[in-house]
Amino acid sequence: MKFGVVVFPGSNCDSDTLYVVKEVFNQEAEFLWHKDHDLKNSDCIIFPGGFSYGDYLRSGAIARFSPLIKEVREFALNGGLVLGICNGFQILLELGLLPGAMLRNKNLKFLCQHVNIRIDNTDTPFTLAGNIGQVLSIPIAHFDGNYYIDNNSLKDLHKQNQIVFRYSEQNGNLSKKSNVNGSINSIAGLINKNGNVLGMMPHPERASEAILGSDDGRVIFESIIQYFDKVKKPQPC
Amino acid sequence: MKVRVLVSFKDSILDPQGKTVEHSLHTLGYDFVDEVRQGKVFELELKGISREKAEKIIPEIADKVLANPIIEKFSFEIMD
Amino acid sequence: MLDEKTITDHGLTSEEYDQIVRLIGKHPNLTELGIFSLMWSEHCSYKSSKHHLKKLPVTGKNVIQGPGENAGIIDIGGGLAAVFKIESHNHPSFIEPYQGAATGVGGILRDIFTMGARPIVSLNSLRFGPLSLPKNRAIMDGVVGGIAGYGNSIGVPTAGGEIYFNECYSLNPLVNAFCLGLAKKDKIFYARAEGEGNAVLYVGSKTGRDGIHGATMASAEFNDDLEEKRPNVQVGDPFREKLLMEACLEIMEKSLIIGIQDMGAAGLTCSTSEMAANAGSGIEIDLDLVPQREKGMTPYEIMLSESQERMLIVAKNEKIKEVQQVFSKWDLEAVVIGSVIKGGNLIVKSSGKRVVDIPVNAIVNLCPVYEREMRPPESYAPPLIIKEIPLPQDYNSSLLKLLSSPTIADKKWVFRQYDHMVQTNTVFFPGADAALLRIKNQKRALAISLDGNSLYTSLGPKTGGAIAIAEACRNLACVGAYPAGVTNCLNFGNPEKPEIMWQFQQVIEGIAEACKAFEIPVTGGNVSFYNDTDGISILPTPVIGVVGIMDDINTAVSPGFKAKETPIVLLGENQEELGASEYLKHLHKKEKGCPPELDLIKEKAVQKLCLEAISQRLLLSAHDLSEGGLAICTAECAFLSPAKIGCSLSLSESMRTDALLFGESQSRILVTVDKTNLERLLTLSQEFGVPANILGKTGGDRLIFFHNNKKVIDTAVKDAFNIWEQSIPDFFEPK
Repeated sequence: MKFGVVVFPGSNCDSDTLYVVKEVFNQEAEFLWHKDHDLKNSDCIIFPGGFSYGDYLRSGAIARFSPLIKEVREFALNGGLVLGICNGFQILLELGLLPGAMLRNKNLKFLCQHVNIRIDNTDTPFTLAGNIGQVLSIPIAHFDGNYYIDNNSLKDLHKQNQIVFRYSEQNGNLSKKSNVNGSINSIAGLINKNGNVLGMMPHPERASEAILGSDDGRVIFESIIQYFDKVKKPQPC
Repeated sequence: MKVRVLVSFKDSILDPQGKTVEHSLHTLGYDFVDEVRQGKVFELELKGISREKAEKIIPEIADKVLANPIIEKFSFEIMD
Repeated sequence: MLDEKTITDHGLTSEEYDQIVRLIGKHPNLTELGIFSLMWSEHCSYKSSKHHLKKLPVTGKNVIQGPGENAGIIDIGGGLAAVFKIESHNHPSFIEPYQGAATGVGGILRDIFTMGARPIVSLNSLRFGPLSLPKNRAIMDGVVGGIAGYGNSIGVPTAGGEIYFNECYSLNPLVNAFCLGLAKKDKIFYARAEGEGNAVLYVGSKTGRDGIHGATMASAEFNDDLEEKRPNVQVGDPFREKLLMEACLEIMEKSLIIGIQDMGAAGLTCSTSEMAANAGSGIEIDLDLVPQREKGMTPYEIMLSESQERMLIVAKNEKIKEVQQVFSKWDLEAVVIGSVIKGGNLIVKSSGKRVVDIPVNAIVNLCPVYEREMRPPESYAPPLIIKEIPLPQDYNSSLLKLLSSPTIADKKWVFRQYDHMVQTNTVFFPGADAALLRIKNQKRALAISLDGNSLYTSLGPKTGGAIAIAEACRNLACVGAYPAGVTNCLNFGNPEKPEIMWQFQQVIEGIAEACKAFEIPVTGGNVSFYNDTDGISILPTPVIGVVGIMDDINTAVSPGFKAKETPIVLLGENQEELGASEYLKHLHKKEKGCPPELDLIKEKAVQKLCLEAISQRLLLSAHDLSEGGLAICTAECAFLSPAKIGCSLSLSESMRTDALLFGESQSRILVTVDKTNLERLLTLSQEFGVPANILGKTGGDRLIFFHNNKKVIDTAVKDAFNIWEQSIPDFFEPK
């Protein structure tokens, strides 16, 4: 399958993400320049981490006015797979492809560390290779990852099983301590109603090779690839 | 024409930065400070547009770009 | 002619002024004087240090570029070159901690990518006053925030460094930023304005009035006046720098340019005159063409501005369009502001008038060099009478107290504010002996260590200087990397004081001696004098950065204990040395005695042994002994083991227990080995002539030390860990 990694001028995890899908998972992958109007026939679009436009206004706020966004929006509305990692998640929120908003981390500091996240939903193209309750050790690196959503919408998220990852202890329990950035209901990642757009604050591309301290993030890329192989690819009759 | 747009968190949103400033002020002995809310100020210099038009278009700009309506509210004043 | 006050206000002596008049054959106008004032400042000219720096070894078969360029370069094999340098940003960080530190990071990044290298890692060395004072906490909070804010945004991992605390830094914190980039060996660019008629382009941010006189400020002592210089502090824009970096790397990759220089200290002045001087040419620019952020700037202000995120480029005329296309892709302007000319002069025009016309050689190369007076301070190294130091009643509590000393305590509160993983090359996170970075698709890896203990250098400058090199190399050896190149940042007080100059000379001798012993070249660095506030100088603080190479990343070793029931072996010898130790400072409030002795032959033997043992895959863990000695080193090995494995050690040397536990004797490494490899390690140690003693084994959840069969320490790893981990956060987030 083919991945397209969107590059904004201030993206800084674009190369890391491309490296992982290309070199670690041997998939086709290309950069998609934000000023272009070409998705280059990608099967899955990734918004990588970084500081898309310096993020002086709000994280991800300016990125949504980029030319390429028009095509990505259409792609997503037609059921195409879109994954937003960290700043990519913030952009998806600003775009309105996912509900809610990001506030500053509760300790008002940038946080870069490995955290544990629990998979709460495996019925998605991004987690189908994982197990419910499985705990992954994946790094976060953000200033604005304190997820917020109003109460009614939060109920909807639960009702429609849209919460995919939650910050947890190593044993899967939720606690105030494990909820490092103060997100509402410890939400670390969520999916849209249609189940094709996922946003997550942790960086799976930083946890896909054992030499980097953890390869728990592989399950996300493996899921996407499996999903595409089994579900998306036209099957011979 | 100069326009000042003030963006701040909605009252229902916890404002940790404001809370931190509030805490420091209390530590410094300014007990009478009851609450601090932090926000952002944007100063826009407009040209070739009437005051009436500006009053219409500024909320659009604020809503679309300067503020995130999910967590933030805004107000503005035309300074002249 | 300018009056005397104007001349002295520009930091020039009357002799220096007369020299200028002789060199340029006229009295300089104000703008010309401003140019000399910047370029002949201590910061830019190295006029007090040059004479001494000559003693440092700068050559070696792997050296591609030694001192004198934007950064040093070494060949690391595989067609790749490592471009690296460390630089100070002390004065700006005191005036405005966040922006001062941020622009320090921005400046060093530009030094690296200017040469065609993509920055792959930053480290920094920080010095603050005691955290018990709110002012020091505010400075540290700002500095750390500034480093994080800049580095995280631009996407270069800040993968480590070191932080020390001492009273002397309360009014003069130190911020030394290191950066390393990778370049293709055959695609390195230099600051040269070659080829008459070639275009001179200005790229990046617009010029404003910020930072005017930054370099002269960095060449003066602090007093109340300087507090007023606050409005001049530059503000960093990491997003703009990211664009600038990508655009510059792209034009270099496409070989569109001849030469390039960043505008750091002394801005347009330094970049134009240095590029011309390096190429033996002249340069002419028109200030009307320089993009300006503020209205009504004078030629003086434009030439002296230190606005950030700007570069000067020399390119052939037929390439201008292509260069501009690349910059426009990254939403940046590239404006032709002049050209390379014959004759060797810097000519600056403004509103059609020639406002500057002076030879670049005089600006760049002919600044007077001083051999300043030197004298050892009278109160130098108060002797330590060890008997006068009372033995602790309870070594448990001594250990726990020492673990809470901010110099020794866990720095996670700092490091987790830095994105230390972006670019996915960081293999060892901050807290390991050295930062370890893989090079994608290669077995080879790079390790970097920063080191500089100013207690040592204040009490024994020469030994202290040598120890800084030795320890940085030892850190690399513990990981499994051998040293390949050195950069240094020398932070001292006012060089016009003979005692300071003496410290400087001694430290240089120590560094030179150690570098020669390890056969490693110094490829560049930075001297920061005038670290004085209200007449009080900081302790002499050389910060050493050593870049090491590891042949096979798969053999890398980290400090934490890996398994239970594994033998713990000390490579090297314990000595009864307490002078200049953190133990003496933190528990007995004494900064006294001589620093530990350093025998470079023994030191090299220990390191070679460690490297050999690692390459034979004999070691499970390795950690060097430094501040806090054996007890602290052992505790850290337990803390850094994922399972927090404890240990029990039996020591039998006949010496004071406190010296044995907390003394800082050099040339020691604590390792653990699998039982099956123990004999091989001991044999190997004999071959290398290094004492190796089995001290005990890992296991349990307590830290236990016996001295001559008497239990002297017995504490739960978890309790000790909590004290070590919470010490710094507790200053910032009181419960």
